[in-house]
Amino acid sequence: MLETIPHVILVLSGKGGVGKSSVTVQLALSLVRAGKRVGVLDVDLTGPNIPRMFNVEDEKIRQAPGGWVPVRVGEREEGQEDTRIQLMSLGFLLKDRGDSVVWRGPKKTAMVRQFVTDVLWEDVEYLLIDTPPGTSDEHISLAEQLRNVNPDGAVIVTTPQAISTADVRKELNFCKKVGINVLGVVENMSGFVCPHCSECTNVFSSGGGLVMANEFGVEFLGKVPIDPAFNMMIESQGSWEGKGGLVQRYGDSQLCGVFKGITERLVVKVSPPEKGRDEKALSDVSGLN
Amino acid sequence: MAAVALPLQANIMGPPPADPQLVAPEPEHCPGPSSDLAGKGDACAGCPNQQICATAPKGPDPDLPLINARMSTIAHKLLIISGKGGVGKSTFTSMLAHAFAQSPSTQVGVCDIDICGPSIPRMMGALGESIHSSSSGWSPVYVADNLGVMSIQFMLPGKDDAIIWRGPKKNGLIKQFLKDVEWGVLDWLLVDTPPGTSDEHLSVCGYLKGTGVDGAVVVTTPQEVALLDVRKEIDFCRKAGIEVLGVVENMSGFVCPNCEGESQIFHATTGGARALCKEMNIPFLGAVPLDPRIGVACDYGESFFDAYPESPACEGLMGIIGKLREGMGLPPLESEGVEEEEEEEEE
Repeated sequence: MLETIPHVILVLSGKGGVGKSSVTVQLALSLVRAGKRVGVLDVDLTGPNIPRMFNVEDEKIRQAPGGWVPVRVGEREEGQEDTRIQLMSLGFLLKDRGDSVVWRGPKKTAMVRQFVTDVLWEDVEYLLIDTPPGTSDEHISLAEQLRNVNPDGAVIVTTPQAISTADVRKELNFCKKVGINVLGVVENMSGFVCPHCSECTNVFSSGGGLVMANEFGVEFLGKVPIDPAFNMMIESQGSWEGKGGLVQRYGDSQLCGVFKGITERLVVKVSPPEKGRDEKALSDVSGLN
Repeated sequence: MAAVALPLQANIMGPPPADPQLVAPEPEHCPGPSSDLAGKGDACAGCPNQQICATAPKGPDPDLPLINARMSTIAHKLLIISGKGGVGKSTFTSMLAHAFAQSPSTQVGVCDIDICGPSIPRMMGALGESIHSSSSGWSPVYVADNLGVMSIQFMLPGKDDAIIWRGPKKNGLIKQFLKDVEWGVLDWLLVDTPPGTSDEHLSVCGYLKGTGVDGAVVVTTPQEVALLDVRKEIDFCRKAGIEVLGVVENMSGFVCPNCEGESQIFHATTGGARALCKEMNIPFLGAVPLDPRIGVACDYGESFFDAYPESPACEGLMGIIGKLREGMGLPPLESEGVEEEEEEEEE
């Protein structure tokens, strides 16, 4: 199913709680703002956060002939093309939001396979895959399942402190071992600007992501500061009235500009000028022989 | 007793010891190769492993009595858990361990079962150490006279090496941590866990069930995205029959070092851990404010307790420890030594 999607990008990190899901969400919003059609697949099975972040926790997945229909968020204007973000997450399959999914590896593997093969993505240009922390069942399964899809690669998210980069280095080595291309590193939670005195404090130190990217010879996509306002925006979605969904509102966030740069760099990287595309097409053909 | 460096690296790259050798990956609804139903379940029909599983020895895990024997000399066992990653499980574990170990008569052990992202060695300042083995088992790495640590990080050839393991191998190693590590007589064993509700959690709960776990301390941050996953973890504890001793709210509030103005980095839009505890009817142990020095101390492997005893975070932590001990029916920290002796006499 994913073979038809031009760009498949994984969001990975060895460490938990560094902002994989919020980076995924913001990449999705930035891509939509740039006029792309985006899908988000959440393969964090035991801690799915994507539904919460798009405020669609009560939505359910519908079964259609041929597979599962993703949940759509955003507003659809009359007579216009359907550009809403398409989402798939295990969270949509749970009866209650507090239910735990206590699964050992083989069941997780089967679920990942189903997510990769059975979702009816409709005309998606960019598919972002949000992952759980670690280098275990979900990741191995995903790497295996995506082998035929030829994904563009992975965006690695880290926070600046050494405790976090230590685990993320493992993830970079994992990518190397399983042959996933690393598109770049995003350093999240890099500095916090005090709302009282505008002094920037490096709550989780700073610069660790850049050092790591240089050491591994991968591109550094950018630094993202801590912005409590973004968190508030995500959390307050339920109380918004009238027009203006998350995509519009995100334009007012100070992080929007930061992610605009990151997204542009990413888009250039995955779809280089025409020449690059020809090369890719050529390699696809040679792969068949 | 001469400690001999054991070829642990070869050991961890091998298959798990107890489970039968399978010829193909387990099917989706596999009852578990070592369960009673192995080879007989509906999902087993057509599985290439069916014959192997059906003929493998059944019944309770033969290693359980060995685990029970190892654990019988440990007075209190605590799990530090959270559904969410990066909320400070390892930080809290190491701070708790240092706090307990301040009394020289208290023996503390820390077992890090986060296989894919072990953070404890760096936080405890033991990065680069390796494990030695003797005839009686693996000896933990001692960061203080009364504080032993065990983690997979000690077995890796390079510090950045990734452990790319599926469930059964992780379970095998966790079992070895409980069965083969020479913990000796301990007052506290703190088990630091990875995020989620999967193999590691099922295994450690299964192996420790018969040995009497005191319970689990759940760590969270204040925002709803974290609480959402923590709810799942509490649900898991209830299903697994592990008592939740309480919830700790970490990274709760931030005091600017420049202007001392307080702000919320992770907004508790739904009332934070307090509201969660009320809703789920479990004790709220306390909150630890975000102090940038904690992160730095962790990176350098210093004990935050010793380095910055005046920090509000330490105060918060002492309050949490007090409440935790109260909930477990133990006296406050100062009288620990006396109480432990009495307890041993009774036994």
